[in-house]
Amino acid sequence: MIRDITLGQYYQAESPIHHLDPRTKLISTMLYIVSLFLMKNFIGYIVVLVFLGTVIKISQVPLKFILKGMKAIFMLLLITVFFNLVLTPGDTAISFWIINITWQGIRTAAFMAARLALLIVGTSLMTLTTTPNNLTDGLESLLGPLKKIKVPVHEISMMMSIALRFIPILLEETDKIMKAQIARGADFESGNLIKKIKSLVPLLVPLFISAFRRANDLAMAMEARCYRGGEHRTKMKPLAYHKQDVYALILVVVYMIACAVVGRILVLV
Amino acid sequence: MSIILDHVNCIYGADTNQEVKALQDINLVIPDGQFIGLIGHTGSGKSTLVQHLNGLIKPSSGTIYYNGKDISDDDFNKKELRSKVGLVFQYPEHQLFEVDVFSDVCFGPKNLGLSQKEVQLRAYAALKLVGLEDEFFYQSPFELSGGQKRRVAIAGVLAMKPEILVLDEPTAGLDPKGRDEILDQIAKLKNETGITVVLVSHSMEDVAKYADRIIVMNHGSVMYDDEPMKVFRHFKELEEVGLAAPQVTYIMHALQERGLSVNTDVSTVEEARDEILRVLKN
Amino acid sequence: MGIIKTDKLTFEYIRRDEEGNVEGITKAVDEVSLDIKPGDFAAILGSNGSGKSTLAKHMNAILYPTEGTIWVDGQDTTDEEYLWDIRQKAGMVFQNPDNQIIGQIVEEDVGFGPENMGIPTKEIWDRVEESLKAVGMYEFRKHSPNKLSGGQKQRVSIAGVIAMHPKCIILDEPTAMLDPSGRKEVIRAVRALNDVEGVTVILITHYMEEIIHANKVFVMDKGHVAMEGTPREIFSRVEELKALRLDVPQVTLLAYELKKAGVELPDGILTTEELLGALNLSK
Repeated sequence: MIRDITLGQYYQAESPIHHLDPRTKLISTMLYIVSLFLMKNFIGYIVVLVFLGTVIKISQVPLKFILKGMKAIFMLLLITVFFNLVLTPGDTAISFWIINITWQGIRTAAFMAARLALLIVGTSLMTLTTTPNNLTDGLESLLGPLKKIKVPVHEISMMMSIALRFIPILLEETDKIMKAQIARGADFESGNLIKKIKSLVPLLVPLFISAFRRANDLAMAMEARCYRGGEHRTKMKPLAYHKQDVYALILVVVYMIACAVVGRILVLV
Repeated sequence: MSIILDHVNCIYGADTNQEVKALQDINLVIPDGQFIGLIGHTGSGKSTLVQHLNGLIKPSSGTIYYNGKDISDDDFNKKELRSKVGLVFQYPEHQLFEVDVFSDVCFGPKNLGLSQKEVQLRAYAALKLVGLEDEFFYQSPFELSGGQKRRVAIAGVLAMKPEILVLDEPTAGLDPKGRDEILDQIAKLKNETGITVVLVSHSMEDVAKYADRIIVMNHGSVMYDDEPMKVFRHFKELEEVGLAAPQVTYIMHALQERGLSVNTDVSTVEEARDEILRVLKN
Repeated sequence: MGIIKTDKLTFEYIRRDEEGNVEGITKAVDEVSLDIKPGDFAAILGSNGSGKSTLAKHMNAILYPTEGTIWVDGQDTTDEEYLWDIRQKAGMVFQNPDNQIIGQIVEEDVGFGPENMGIPTKEIWDRVEESLKAVGMYEFRKHSPNKLSGGQKQRVSIAGVIAMHPKCIILDEPTAMLDPSGRKEVIRAVRALNDVEGVTVILITHYMEEIIHANKVFVMDKGHVAMEGTPREIFSRVEELKALRLDVPQVTLLAYELKKAGVELPDGILTTEELLGALNLSK
């Protein structure tokens, strides 16, 4: 169920990937996303798959654990596939009723599905190997220059960090409230759209109240522990680039070049 | 009206490295009219077990029968089961959502598709059963005190007229008087309506006073299933699994060890007092 | 002067109806005067709604008195100059273990307070290590708090406070949401801090067995301090406690009942051993 969402969850291990500087991982992920959009053919995806597979192997995060997180976005994937299948014009492959599926549609659908799946696996690997605090530290540092134009970078990254920590807690709570209301005869599944939306009220009201209560408690706990924004603050784990970060970045650049060659230039040959 | 659990197993995360056997080979019969205490520390499987009773969780293997019918059968009416086995979760007041107390209690019976009149009658009766005064009926549930909120939440389940009432830690977070009040109310409710009560708790003291049968869970299995006195005789084993008999049990055993020939089969302070007085007078 | 001292501390809040009109004023804390000395293990008892949590929040300058004064280590909490001093000196642990852990990893959470205080990196690590060891959670330092039991989470919260090197710790119903073994864990950790490290402890609870080892007990009712004394003195007054929606440990109640029935026993028996002794059955 909803508990299967791995996005924002951290998988504890002592792999070289876990030990990379978060900024390295952020930049690499960004480059990885760009690489996905560089691809114009399926051969390119083999390069991506090899790269991603190697990184997953090194990261020690079990593939099953990552794929479990995919369940939640499976619907999204299906919708993408569906629209690409039926809406791409071209040479008819299968036709029934008012639906006309084209060869081009099949190709685009497969392409988009692969891209989306790789995108999500890749980015969730970053969150799985980086603690949210580390991640937000990385973001804060990368976005640091924006402080000069009065962007509250520290506050934004703190908010993100807290949001990430509370995702699993709130998901569990959603599950619990849902079960409790089902035990009172609530029905979240049947009925038309309006009825379904109405049936969410017994879930959403308690969930919001709980979220506000938690936010209030947490704000108090943070103040009690002398939190007063980014000023005067020191870091327990200050960020520092190490040798392995340089290697990692070099590897990513090599990968990018490979992608560019395979994904684009090969097409022209 | 009985529930039978036949070789029920529940496994979370099967086929992964995080596989958890939440329940292992559970065989239980829950007949009519009992007051059952279900005890176990956090993670012993007691919450998982009670969620099986009304079909919220499906067993990984094994069968659950309600009145002789397999509840996993496709043609079994799950909705009816949920009204017959009323499950009150921990901190039930966190599920309140309506604008006033009365409408919140109406939610359950309304979902059963009853007529408006019947819904209101049941809601009223349920609120009376939990001992809530009329003056609170049209207040927002969020303005009530902790103990009152909890009563409203319990009434919300009672209004579905369950035959079995399962309460998961109904006294968590309440002060001592609040604890006693809720438990007394449940005992009274049981005596008046003859409903079967399953009280999930980690407090032996609470359960000892009310239950006529105690089921002790440990690591997903049933460790003991017997009358309270007989369960408390295993106080040393209970301690090994992080539970404890009521303090009076220990006192009586200590008295006996030091030569006062008291009967150690007591579970409440009143019984202990009477027993000690009886021996002292001789 | 004690580490926490209040003089006629009163806290009022204004109740408003839906249109924002004043409905009335509630005194959550009403003229409370108390004095807690360095090294004390003080307990504050009281039923739900007796004002004990509101009082606790004054000790950490989260709330400010409507009337009267509270000093933490001699500093008036209303003096803004001392605000951060006070929050460092008087650490606070709250009821819900999930709502006070900020870090996604145990050690990062414990480091949160020292980070806020601007402690140098090297020293933060030392403090995190020593605090986690003090509560017996060092081996869990790399774990995610979401995977810990309630008792373990609360011990992490306590470590997070100790890492700030406070002079006293206020625990606001730290065990209310825990199971019996979790409660024992937390109380054991708190007692060790008081005994070994000499940290002043103020424990707010409604579990009677937790306060047996306190050297000072305050019982609150409707915002007042209704009773004050040692655990033995407090527990001798069984009927009064019951009237305040509280109770006593089973052994105390049993002794009290026996005494009422004519058995000669002293007041305020706290442990089984004491009862046996009083019945001339000790080893």
